[in-house]
Amino acid sequence: MKVSTTVTGFIPGVAFTVLAGPVMIGLVFVLLPAFGYLPALGGHAFSIDPWRQLFAVPGLWRSVSVSLAAGLVTGAASLLITGLFLAGFHGTRTFNAMRRLVSPLLAIPHAAAALGLAFLIAPSGLIFRVFSSFGAGTDRPPDLLIVHDTWGLAMMAGLVVKEVPFLLLMALAALPQIDAPARMAVARTHGYRPVTAWLKAVAPALYPLIRLPLLAVIAYSSSVVDVAVILGPTNPPPLSVAVLRWQSDPDLSARFMASAGALLQLGVTVLALVLWLGAERMVAWLARAWMESGSRQTQDRVLAAMGGAGMGLVALSAMLGFVCLTIWSLAISWRFPALWPETLTLANWTHALPAISRPLSATLAIGAVSTLVSFAIALAALEHELSTGRPAGAWAMRLLYLPLVVPPVAFLFGLVIAAEATGLTPGLVPVAIGHITFVLPYVYLSLSEPYRRLDPRWGRLAMTLGRSPLRTFLSVRLPLLLAPCLTALAVGFSVSVGQYLATELLGAGRVETLTTEAVALASGGERRVIGVWALTQTLLPAIGFALAIGIPRLVWHNRRAMLDQR
Amino acid sequence: MERGLRLENVRLSLAGQVLLSVDAKVSPGEVVTIMGPSGSGKSTLLAFAAGFLEPAFTAEGRIILDGADVTRLPPERRHIGLLFQDPMLFPHLSVAGNLLFGVPPGVPDRRARAAAALEQAGLEGFGTRDPATLSGGQKARVALMRLLLSEPSAVLLDEPFSKLDAALKGDVRAYVFDRLRERKLPGLLVTHDEADAAAAGGPIIRI
Repeated sequence: MKVSTTVTGFIPGVAFTVLAGPVMIGLVFVLLPAFGYLPALGGHAFSIDPWRQLFAVPGLWRSVSVSLAAGLVTGAASLLITGLFLAGFHGTRTFNAMRRLVSPLLAIPHAAAALGLAFLIAPSGLIFRVFSSFGAGTDRPPDLLIVHDTWGLAMMAGLVVKEVPFLLLMALAALPQIDAPARMAVARTHGYRPVTAWLKAVAPALYPLIRLPLLAVIAYSSSVVDVAVILGPTNPPPLSVAVLRWQSDPDLSARFMASAGALLQLGVTVLALVLWLGAERMVAWLARAWMESGSRQTQDRVLAAMGGAGMGLVALSAMLGFVCLTIWSLAISWRFPALWPETLTLANWTHALPAISRPLSATLAIGAVSTLVSFAIALAALEHELSTGRPAGAWAMRLLYLPLVVPPVAFLFGLVIAAEATGLTPGLVPVAIGHITFVLPYVYLSLSEPYRRLDPRWGRLAMTLGRSPLRTFLSVRLPLLLAPCLTALAVGFSVSVGQYLATELLGAGRVETLTTEAVALASGGERRVIGVWALTQTLLPAIGFALAIGIPRLVWHNRRAMLDQR
Repeated sequence: MERGLRLENVRLSLAGQVLLSVDAKVSPGEVVTIMGPSGSGKSTLLAFAAGFLEPAFTAEGRIILDGADVTRLPPERRHIGLLFQDPMLFPHLSVAGNLLFGVPPGVPDRRARAAAALEQAGLEGFGTRDPATLSGGQKARVALMRLLLSEPSAVLLDEPFSKLDAALKGDVRAYVFDRLRERKLPGLLVTHDEADAAAAGGPIIRI
């Protein structure tokens, strides 16, 4: 035991460096130029000029409000849909169907989901084709600004479609910890109707467990870039997109203002979180009175219907968006208001393939490296936890969520400046390292629960049979945890494939992945090409998840207990 | 050199509170039974002897095996085997794989030994089977064989019969104790079942 403790003793330090290091360095190197200090660019004295410049930008406050609203609205809507769905459908057949649908929905990268939604809801999209075909419209697409609407509603919808499955998965992972069936049994036998029982007896225990993921959703939505470019308002755009534009301004002196903008983005995200925490207290105070009121029902059917409709809409939009992408990728021409293109062809794919191969291999290489490194760090951290018998504390969890809560657009730009100051050339290596910062939290989160649930007696048994800690890890824990390990790898890989900003900034626009290309194509409006790229982007994580499910079935086909685990 | 297992003035405490103190000697071929209600720290005592004491507990005293002090050795170097409440056959290995897991590396004729053990357990031809397909009694016998193949110098038994069907219990119990006596192994049994203690046939320590 002693040996393994000293071997893995440096691991918490490594994890800290990987998670907090980039965030801290990035923030420092965005803070200095925001106040005019960056000798490399001729800023030798502190000043508030960057801020004056920033506040003079027309439409800045609209950008700020859209970003703030996106964070709060997406967070509230996702929580409401997830909560009401769980309350209304917990334990039903619909619930179990949704449970199986969660992982595929999560596997769709943000950009692809946003592009699919755009194809669905645009004036010339599938929905209006259906209206038109059934006589409700004309032969022309209606003149409406739906995608890129000024208030960012389409963008928020796109975010909700992706964040609801995420919150649902987090809730599903947390539910076993709070013994929901017992809580429900108590409430139901006291005469509470099902939805009210769930909201009063289960939700209060569940909320604290999904709070950090929820805060991550709010932070993410208030500072998202790829979804905002695809679905968000354009003039003025959400703050994050504006900041990214300034950051990539060829005029280097614009970097001072861009840094100030990055800090403002951090401020907006922090404000969104603070407002949420304030609202949380208010709701808790109001809810207490409601819980103690003794009322046994609260429009149970209406609430359940709302939850079902919300969840249905989310799942349907994601799936129909996917269908739209597929049809477009196979279409030669698809005139409005036809419901189906005239001919289907593989020509779009064969044309695109030569262009896809390079970004595809870059995506695979970056994904493989960042996922494997994250996986190794996560495993080492969990082994360390096991050998010292001390589970990761609350501060470790907060640290883990740091890269998920601090807006990437704020700290990544600082990292770019820091890298330039040290003469590091942008390219595959910095991009892969940047990806690790975002991949590691997800890999660790997905691995830690099965790891802690594994019966500690397996390890003890192996040791009493004379196996060293290393052998015990290799020949007992690793094979027993094969399925969760593969899932964690698939999760990590899908996070890396979906990364837009880290690739764009740390690669200085020169590292092309499926995601950066798909987002770049979005503004072009060539739907057949977009369909091909977005589908390829979706395919990679999907293959990863399929392998994570298939390999254990193959390996353990003759080991019943290994297949029954889940 | 004195053969056997000795718990020398062992005292376990949790948060300054003494849980139990034991001073016992187990001779080769003898099974000493420790009896006590649940929560009395019997399993903690076995964890201490095997080398898995959780950091929350503090222990005084020494574990002496065949004259050598093993108190500070890591579990895998103590040569003290442990039989759990469940058979704990590795679900990812075959029956033969589980037995081979017990045979130390470098021992000659590893496979022949595992095969012989399988035969001894009355499970000839079961080697390639998935352990999940064995009956409760068969699993218990494989678990014991795996333990014996690892060539322990002493065996700890943590209520290993408590989860067996009443009909099976007597058989498995006799089988286990016979094997331990046959090989002249010192055994330390923890239980709250009087029948276990009687079948063990050795001294009984009540805590």
